[in-house]
Amino acid sequence: MGVLTSTHGAKAGHPGGSLSAADALTYLYFKEMKVDPAAPKAEGRDRFVLSKGHAAPGLYSVLALRGFFPVEDLPTLRHTDSYLQGHPNMSTVPGVDMSTGSLGQGISAACGMALAAKYKKQDSRVYALLGDGELQEGEVWEASMFAAHYKLDNLCVLADLNGLQIDGAVADVMNPGPVDEKFKAFGFFVQVIDGHSFEALEAAFAAARAEKGRPSAILLKTTKGKGVSYMENNVGWHGKAPNDAEYEQGMAELTAALEELEGETV
Amino acid sequence: MSEVKTIATRDSYGAALVELGKEHEDLVVLDADLAAATKTGVFKKAFPERHFDCGIAEQNMIGVAAGMAAAGLVPFASSFAMFAAGRAFEQVRNSVGYPHLNVKIGATHGGISVGEDGASHQCCEDFALMRSIPGMVVLCPADDVEAKAAVKAAYEHEGPVYLRFGRLAVPVFHDEANYKFEIGKGEVLRDGDDLAILATGLETAEALKAAEQLAAEGVNARVINLCSIKPLDTELVLKAARECGKVVTCEEHSVIGGLGEAVCAAIAEAGVACKVKRVGVKDEFGHSGPAKELLTQFGLDAAGIAKACREV
Repeated sequence: MGVLTSTHGAKAGHPGGSLSAADALTYLYFKEMKVDPAAPKAEGRDRFVLSKGHAAPGLYSVLALRGFFPVEDLPTLRHTDSYLQGHPNMSTVPGVDMSTGSLGQGISAACGMALAAKYKKQDSRVYALLGDGELQEGEVWEASMFAAHYKLDNLCVLADLNGLQIDGAVADVMNPGPVDEKFKAFGFFVQVIDGHSFEALEAAFAAARAEKGRPSAILLKTTKGKGVSYMENNVGWHGKAPNDAEYEQGMAELTAALEELEGETV
Repeated sequence: MSEVKTIATRDSYGAALVELGKEHEDLVVLDADLAAATKTGVFKKAFPERHFDCGIAEQNMIGVAAGMAAAGLVPFASSFAMFAAGRAFEQVRNSVGYPHLNVKIGATHGGISVGEDGASHQCCEDFALMRSIPGMVVLCPADDVEAKAAVKAAYEHEGPVYLRFGRLAVPVFHDEANYKFEIGKGEVLRDGDDLAILATGLETAEALKAAEQLAAEGVNARVINLCSIKPLDTELVLKAARECGKVVTCEEHSVIGGLGEAVCAAIAEAGVACKVKRVGVKDEFGHSGPAKELLTQFGLDAAGIAKACREV
């Protein structure tokens, strides 16, 4: 809902790739990661790098809900003088561990953070979320080689396989597959899961944590625009904001889904 | 007169890292398969657990350095200027410059004095590229004493620093005992007010020689060493422009985007009436050859500088 509210407020942004990653981001910040909104720069914390920086609305929404900054600020996304830049800026946004946006670079920074934690003998973990289109960047594979070479078992790479990029289906534009075989060949412990299932995420993160001597890759099978009917699997919603009517419809759909979930819990 | 000692500033880089490494555990060094050439091999030998080879992957090396800096370490990422500033430019811009991370880039083999390797490895664009990044400090030391001091100053400076070193052994003219280095400060090495020669890197020693030739002709040249290309010592530059009325800039870099243009901008914006001539590589690529022959051929040696001074 934060994704819709912020991109609607911005009249721009990337809702599709934010929604495909929303479940993983939520699980990371609410269950998996050792972070403290009151001390966002705490030494020895777990760190997260949004290598697919265009999913900033998704990251900002989760950070706000987790208490890093006011939820009320989300609609200022991309506005002049807002601290919520179009792509994550670690200098201005509490909780953002790395400035990203240029694809392929975040995973390298995550490798540096993971290596630094090992050098400092800290038990903190580093998570990096990549898009499947992003896997076309050569730097991703330079970094992957590095991660395995330095046995960065405190690094967990997540790849959001929503199957779409700006120019069309990832498989049609420039097929990076087989993604699982590639990460395996580069020396990763690879798990392929339903990226919208909290149970699957919980199990995969636990297995990744237990794996020693090599980095982990969790490949998330996801739906771009997840939860908003007109956005789901629609390439047109990579970098476009919902108008007023679309915003109302999307919020209604997400609210209904939320009520259904809450009903189940009760 | 005893013979002048010559040392390549890349050797000074490695030696300075070892000295600093003894005092600072947060100092780490990254290389991209060039430790033998960037002279960080001595650091690797002294502190193997703090030296990380990234293989031939400069883009990732800069990103890794950014991540290490974000986690509180002070990484010196080392490669040739061509690959550190050139190939990895966008990583330096977006992963280091934009978040203003505490990464130091140790770029060796700057300029045409790389020599026999030829144009593909002779980086004459790094000042232009690095100057254009907001918050980036750009240093190009002139000799061994200044290079060691610059590495120390870079470590102590909070924020990104680009250091350019050379492959060629160059004369050591600073007196280590009395030398003080400060980022953003130039130094007057020779007084004079007929014209001012503003030089950086190995050009400074050549400028001193050129000034001697000119003195024999009755021309008193002021020689100013500008290791700090960004921030530039604008005060010292403008004083020279006002008092001498003629300035010759010297750099082993393209005349486009480097020290010469920085000096021109400072003088023009201050409205000082002063003629400027830029000695540098004239919008062309270098080529293979012994370093000293190339410096002569491209008009970058003392004779070339003296010629430019007579023409300005």
